[in-house]
Amino acid sequence: MSTITWPILSVLMWLPIAGGVAMILLGDKSIALGRWVALITTAVTFGISTLLWTNFDTTTAAMQFVEERTWIPFFNSYYALGVDGFAMPLIVLTAFITPLVVIAGWSVIDKRPAQYYAAFLILEGLMIGVFSALDALLFYVLWEAMLIPMFIIIGIWGGPRRVYATIKFFLYTFLGSVLMLVSLIYMYLQTCDAGQCSYAIAEFQRLPLGLNEQLFIFVAFLAAFAVKVPMWPVHTWLPDAHVEAPTGGSVILAAIMLKMGGYGFLRFSLPITPDASDTLDWLVISLSLIGVVYIGFVALVQNDMKKLIAYSSIAHMGFVTLGSFLTFELMRVNSGDTTGAAMGIDGAMVQMISHGLISGAMFFCVGVLYDRVHSREISAYGGVVNTMPIFAAFMVLFGMANSGLPATSGFVGEFLVILASFRADFWYAFLAGLTLILGAAYTLWLVKRVVFGPVANHHVAELTDVNGRELLVLGVLALAVLGLGLWPAPLLDVMRPTVENLVQQITVSKL
Amino acid sequence: MISQSVLLTIVLAPLLAAILAGIAGKVIGRAGAHTVTIAGVGIAFGLSAYVLKLLLVDGAPIVNQTVYTWLVSDGIRMEVGFLVDNLSAMMMTVVTFVSLCVHVYTIGYMKDDPGYQRFFAYISLFTFSMLMLVMSNNFMQLFFGWEAVGVVSYLLIGFWYTRPSAIFANLKAFLVNRVGDFGFVLGIAGVAYYTGSLDYATVFNARDAIVANTMTIFPGVEWQAITVVCICLFVGAMGKSAQVPLHVWLPDSMEGPTPISALIHAATMVTAGIFMVARMSPLFELSETALSFVLVIGATTAFFMGLLGLVNNDIKRVVAYSTLSQLGYMTVALGVSAYAGALFHLMTHAFFKALLFLAAGSVIIGMHHEQDMRKMGGLKKYMPITYWTSAIGTLALIGFPGTSGFFSKDALIEAVHASHIPGATYAYWCVFLGVFITAFYSFRLVFMTFHGPERFREGAAHGSHDDHAAPPAAAAGHGHDAHGHGAVVAHAGAHDDHHAAVGHGHDDHAKAGDHGAAHGTGHDDHGHHGPVEPHESPWVVTLPLILLAIPSLFIGAVTIGPMLFGDYFNGVLFVSEEHNVLGHIGEEWHGPFQFIVHAMMQPPVYLAFAGWALAWFLYVKRPDLPAVIAGKFSVLYNLFAKKFYFDEIYQAVFAKGSVGLGTALWRVGDVAIIDGAAVNGSARAVGWLSGVMRRLQSGYLYHYAFAMIIGLSVLLAWYVLR
Repeated sequence: MSTITWPILSVLMWLPIAGGVAMILLGDKSIALGRWVALITTAVTFGISTLLWTNFDTTTAAMQFVEERTWIPFFNSYYALGVDGFAMPLIVLTAFITPLVVIAGWSVIDKRPAQYYAAFLILEGLMIGVFSALDALLFYVLWEAMLIPMFIIIGIWGGPRRVYATIKFFLYTFLGSVLMLVSLIYMYLQTCDAGQCSYAIAEFQRLPLGLNEQLFIFVAFLAAFAVKVPMWPVHTWLPDAHVEAPTGGSVILAAIMLKMGGYGFLRFSLPITPDASDTLDWLVISLSLIGVVYIGFVALVQNDMKKLIAYSSIAHMGFVTLGSFLTFELMRVNSGDTTGAAMGIDGAMVQMISHGLISGAMFFCVGVLYDRVHSREISAYGGVVNTMPIFAAFMVLFGMANSGLPATSGFVGEFLVILASFRADFWYAFLAGLTLILGAAYTLWLVKRVVFGPVANHHVAELTDVNGRELLVLGVLALAVLGLGLWPAPLLDVMRPTVENLVQQITVSKL
Repeated sequence: MISQSVLLTIVLAPLLAAILAGIAGKVIGRAGAHTVTIAGVGIAFGLSAYVLKLLLVDGAPIVNQTVYTWLVSDGIRMEVGFLVDNLSAMMMTVVTFVSLCVHVYTIGYMKDDPGYQRFFAYISLFTFSMLMLVMSNNFMQLFFGWEAVGVVSYLLIGFWYTRPSAIFANLKAFLVNRVGDFGFVLGIAGVAYYTGSLDYATVFNARDAIVANTMTIFPGVEWQAITVVCICLFVGAMGKSAQVPLHVWLPDSMEGPTPISALIHAATMVTAGIFMVARMSPLFELSETALSFVLVIGATTAFFMGLLGLVNNDIKRVVAYSTLSQLGYMTVALGVSAYAGALFHLMTHAFFKALLFLAAGSVIIGMHHEQDMRKMGGLKKYMPITYWTSAIGTLALIGFPGTSGFFSKDALIEAVHASHIPGATYAYWCVFLGVFITAFYSFRLVFMTFHGPERFREGAAHGSHDDHAAPPAAAAGHGHDAHGHGAVVAHAGAHDDHHAAVGHGHDDHAKAGDHGAAHGTGHDDHGHHGPVEPHESPWVVTLPLILLAIPSLFIGAVTIGPMLFGDYFNGVLFVSEEHNVLGHIGEEWHGPFQFIVHAMMQPPVYLAFAGWALAWFLYVKRPDLPAVIAGKFSVLYNLFAKKFYFDEIYQAVFAKGSVGLGTALWRVGDVAIIDGAAVNGSARAVGWLSGVMRRLQSGYLYHYAFAMIIGLSVLLAWYVLR
């Protein structure tokens, strides 16, 4: 059992928010101090989050570090926090990425810097809250609240088409989540027993629901989570949002916010509506595979670096949804045997963490170039290696990781999901495996055109290599990508009881 | 006993050296970089030889142990670990020996290159990766090594990254290999599915579980699971070992510096596929269909890729086609279950082909970076060591009686002859006729390069520096022209750049390639500003040639007994009784000398002599004839010169097809339908609806009053009339 007696999750959630509020109060005038406030806050948050990992009990699937206080008595809603093997790694990832974003924006953001940092700090707190909320109402409030800082980040510090992008981003995600709210309320009403209703997610998971109810709830959740992941065909907000977002916004969006969708499937869809998941898993699996293949081809022809990486994100997230929904097909094919189901979910989780690191790193790389040349067009570059050899080494490394090279984190999740999907259907593995070719094609072709070749123009000729600040960010990410690739066992160990518990949970019909 | 620390040192010494030379290259300098990497690979070689001795002489038990657990998922434990038996020990020794030779050679070959430290870091990293591959005891680590050597190959082919042809070639190499890896991963997934493990020993013990299963891939057709799994695994080998139709990357890989052509694209990496299939012999033996597939692919590669060597004029590319063809020979041996024969040929080939490449490299430096054989000739006089070592390598390659290549190739042909699995007859004719072709193109190279008139004076007679710079550019342009057009994913713009930039050739990378240091001491610029005067290479170049020439001559005679007909591979390779062709041949085994005597009564040897003689006639006696023949058979000549149009077809179908499909999906799917119709369409619909609804709220009282009256009357009417 955990030895931490103080409310660590609340601290993790509120510390960055408090830091953000402090930043707003400090204002732009004392921004030199403000930057340090932001950095120290996020760094301390990361430090505390590592305590979550080291004190985590890897023998149980139960929620840990649980806190519970009455929040809205009228609705019997609680301020309830806790983490299991799914939430904990994602929280650590969030706390890991945010300080890097702060460092990356250090001397780059000169427009309202205090508010820029404040937005990221508040966003961090809200995201940690989403991952640790045990109460559906609390979850929903944080889930929606999270949109606001991101809306502001893109809307104020974004590119020329930022208004279109923000509205598209907001409406897309908001429409999805409104349907989720309806089903949360529906389930709340179903839990009522002697006038006492509950928003506890655990209650929802235990709730006996008929197939039609489940189908309705499943579709509502699918709307919310599929947009967030994003899955084909509700993905088109992502490239626009990425293109317009500032580097830090892109990093957080790709590294953390997309994971909300994958997390939602694991926390809500699968355990609450196992029978509907069983009925409709073909839909999720098909959309995932379409995502992997279709988006792979689309990524190939992008002219804008950020768009290319955005599309590559969608393709990689296809592995998350594919891995999560293999269980039912496995049981059908192998007459009730669930071997492989846990591997699929393991793969999905590893893929989420890994994609957080790699896509974050790729967007940082683009940011490094953009800060110098102010163009995201691939054709504006060529031969960057001649003037930025250190940067080129990182770009090649992350490009390889994005192509799923073994010994980088990008390999682990894809490998596990392909292995698991082979058990379900040869063609699942076949289509998913195409990512080996497509992923390498779009990523390394990008690398070829941007990094290699003779110096393309005077902008490239005048480039200066990465400075210490950029080296720090890229170096830390490179270590993380390699570390997770060389020794993923600790991550898998942390998740194991939770994954096994989930497989057990969803194989029992609620009907 | 072989201790784990020894094995760890073997793999980690080159890795640490690579990291040191790569990251601290500026600090430790050029001498520092080559010292640490040579020390690293030297340690690895010494210890590998020691391990081999422990196994063979001292009878140490086979090592199969885990270093650490990579991950555990769903009960499947994936580990990093070592399996060191006679097969891996042989591979380790060969790999580290060739690597050591190449390291030393590089000191001379790359001495003027600004990327000196980087190059040493790469080749040491390669040695580490290759060792991880051959020493693995499980599929996961095998795949790690497999991909890692691919990446280093990618980095090295594109070593001169300012050359458009080089960065085209490395992307192509990586992607074609990825097609193979795609099959390989599916094969690994199949293994994991049916046996529940990725550990070799466990998988081989559980192989009956695969045999017992069938798979339905297309509705209504049941396939043996073992056949599907083996063919998938072999697709991986086809990529890495450049078998038709995934061979297209290997000739282009010659864009890389010559030392790596020897190390990676001849001696070691490209044989990884052969090694892998031999390692998986317990699985492949169970599927005759898979073996036939292997056989036919290998035979096709052996014969048809050899044909392409006949017409090429680039010294490195001729050797590259010969490598393709020899890899085909090894694959044929795998197909007839003569795994030991394949490995034996792999080993002898590693020595003599590395030798031939390094000798070609020596010629290239001697000729000041000229690769076109038409501009050579008569070099024997100027480069005696290179000449004699080349001659030894060539004799071994054509299978001259007594040389190492003779033993391995002749045994291989005998094995195919003795086999009865479907496709064996076709394969026999391919490898049989291949002997003639091999001998012809090999001696064509020798005669064009070392004999005859000194053609290099013709181009440089004017003696100006400009003329001197022209040949490499021409060679690069020629190479590019031959291999197809445009980038892998063709773009009209990129295509034009390509040609414009190719003209810069080597000179370009020397200036732009450095990171600020050593301007003007380019790769091409030896300080020779007069006419081309070939010269023998320095000792760091010729010593490796001599070191490789020795095993090229003798290793076959020494090792054929134990490796092919003895018990060297006992317990490592598995051959079922009805496929055991080597055992069949072994019944007549009475030592290497009798083997030679026996072979002298067989046709293949005379076929090799005939090829040699024809090469002599056409390129020494009547050098005017080849052009006439090429003109007479222009259709055939063009077919060979265009390499059966593989590049053109792949470019049109796969590269352009993918870009076309991607553009269509993007423009139509994403932009027009999803965003245009659905997303912005619903936004417009909402806008339109609001526009309509807005009219209802006109703000005029009489509009509202009118609406109220209408409403009221309708309601009343309904109420009254219902």
